[in-house]
Amino acid sequence: MLELLWLPFTIDFMQQALITAVLLSVAAAVLSCFLVLRGWALMGDAISHAVLPGIVLAYAAGVPVVIGAFIAGMFCTIATGFMTEHSRLKEDTVMGVVFSGMFALGVVLFSFFAIDVHLHEILFGDILGLTWRDVWQTGLVALVSVSLVWFRRKDLIIHSFDPQHAKAIGLPVRALHYGLLVLLSIVIVTALKVVGIILVIALLIAPGAIGYMMTDRFDTMLLYAVSSAVVASVTGIVLSFALDSAPAPTIVLMLMLIFVLVFLFAPVHGLIRSKRRARYAGHVMNNPG
Amino acid sequence: MADVGNNQAPAGIEANNVTVTYRNGHTAIRDASFSIPNATICALVGVNGSGKSTLFKAIMGFVPLAAGTVEILGKPAGRALKRNTVAYVPQNEDVDWDFPVLVEDVVMMGRFGHMGFLRRPSKVDHEHVESALRRVDMLEYRHRQIGQLSGGQKKRVFLARALAQESRIILLDEPFGGVDVKTEESIITLMRSMRDEGRVMLVSTHNLGSVPQFCDHVVLINQTVLADGPADVVFTRENLEQAFGGVLRFHVLGGQDLHDDDDAREVTVITDDERPFVLYGENDPAAKSEKVPDKTDQP
Ligand SMILES: Nc1ncnc2c1ncn2[C@@H]1O[C@H](COP(=O)(O)OP(=O)(O)OP(=O)(O)O)[C@@H](O)[C@H]1O
Ligand SMILES: [Mg+2]
Repeated sequence: MLELLWLPFTIDFMQQALITAVLLSVAAAVLSCFLVLRGWALMGDAISHAVLPGIVLAYAAGVPVVIGAFIAGMFCTIATGFMTEHSRLKEDTVMGVVFSGMFALGVVLFSFFAIDVHLHEILFGDILGLTWRDVWQTGLVALVSVSLVWFRRKDLIIHSFDPQHAKAIGLPVRALHYGLLVLLSIVIVTALKVVGIILVIALLIAPGAIGYMMTDRFDTMLLYAVSSAVVASVTGIVLSFALDSAPAPTIVLMLMLIFVLVFLFAPVHGLIRSKRRARYAGHVMNNPG
Repeated sequence: MADVGNNQAPAGIEANNVTVTYRNGHTAIRDASFSIPNATICALVGVNGSGKSTLFKAIMGFVPLAAGTVEILGKPAGRALKRNTVAYVPQNEDVDWDFPVLVEDVVMMGRFGHMGFLRRPSKVDHEHVESALRRVDMLEYRHRQIGQLSGGQKKRVFLARALAQESRIILLDEPFGGVDVKTEESIITLMRSMRDEGRVMLVSTHNLGSVPQFCDHVVLINQTVLADGPADVVFTRENLEQAFGGVLRFHVLGGQDLHDDDDAREVTVITDDERPFVLYGENDPAAKSEKVPDKTDQP
């Protein structure tokens, strides 16, 4: 049994999968903190679906997929903003319509162009078919996005917490807003090969949510987010090898397991602690003195 | 901070013919002009929807001006913002109280404009945070998450942030909402001392009763500026009637109800929703004397 668990660390394509998954999950986890704090969960989901037509067209035109994906992602957010402003609909409604429409367009476009990738690979990733080049690319993206977010995190925190104050002290609020969107698109494109565009949202939300439930300080939240994402990636891939299950969904399942555990047992904000606190308060109220 | 008060110095905030139209086409402010001198506490008074918050947004540049200009200390508002001259104390509803930041983190946010590229707080920054927290009497709460505070304490944290920011101009949107009399008094005391340091505070409030007590200057607003000037000139029954239309509650106790003798003076209680404004005397603006009652329980 132990050998079966160790085996993936010795095989070439499993090593590539492990390293790439860890790098990607770190980049996604760092972004996820801001997605959670800004209430951008649906936005992340929307962009990850909406990039599909961009990817297909970029493949067909022979330009880097990142560019196509980025343009499509931006189009989704801008179209959503425009339609929300010019209709009586709420933003999440418009977003739901726009991103599902773009996703459908992507699938239809896909059948028009003869592209030498399987749709299945784009949707669910192909983590066992990576090359060392993919590993390097993911590493680069992770390095750039993590260091950008880390060194500008204080500005990003202010901008998420109190955009009015951010503006009052002269922070470049637009640059921060769009910078975060750009990073989001880049990470989503990088996730393409690893977990696919359907499941990437799990990596972009769950780690931040876990960190958020664990602590009241941002830097600690970031730490919890990154470590839970890394643990889920490694255990997910190792388990998928042992169980012969698909790696990406197994990673997501591990993440969900951590999420549920934290939801129940987190030190302050967990369900059990809050329940116990409430009961204790009730006890004190009923038996004063 | 230099003491200002002479006439040559530029006004604290000066708006010239400001018009603000929201993107849905609604014009919330039309042709508003006013001027607030330095070292002044100025009340911004008007009914719900009269455009108070909109005016703040216009000064801060959150909504574009369809027409007109705003100048801060004699410079265009945009330039003043870049120089960290304006602090903003948000309405309670505008803040995400679950955000993972501690009290001292929020106050430190006031220092960011003074920090370098990497926003590493220096010893001076830490000192400013500490003295600001001490000044609003919140030092012992510095390690609390901001959601775990009472309404009045939350207000004081954001005041401390404005203090730490060292800005000359401070905008406060309804700082007395959900705050008890004691905290209100302490906020007023704090604002007075900040005024004496030469700062300008623009305060939107529905507590009409406190306005003559702590404000030097009043801007009455309803879509446009109805009146602006020193409180004792502008804050009159006539102007308030004009600003509030039928919304105000007037309670007039005539001379006969009030006195056993034939004293003709009467009491007028004017209330928007919170602390009432009380006029006592004959119904003649020149002979009026004002008195501010303690906050009574409002129905
Ligand atoms: N984002 C917006 N888009 C369109 N119209 C708006 C927007 N915000 C406010 N308004 C409108 O502008 C007018 C002024 O609103 P504002 O919030 O400035 O009022 P206020 O004086 O602050 O009121 P209150 O005392 O209730 O805080 C209102 O009629 C309001 O409906
Ligand atoms: Mg308002």
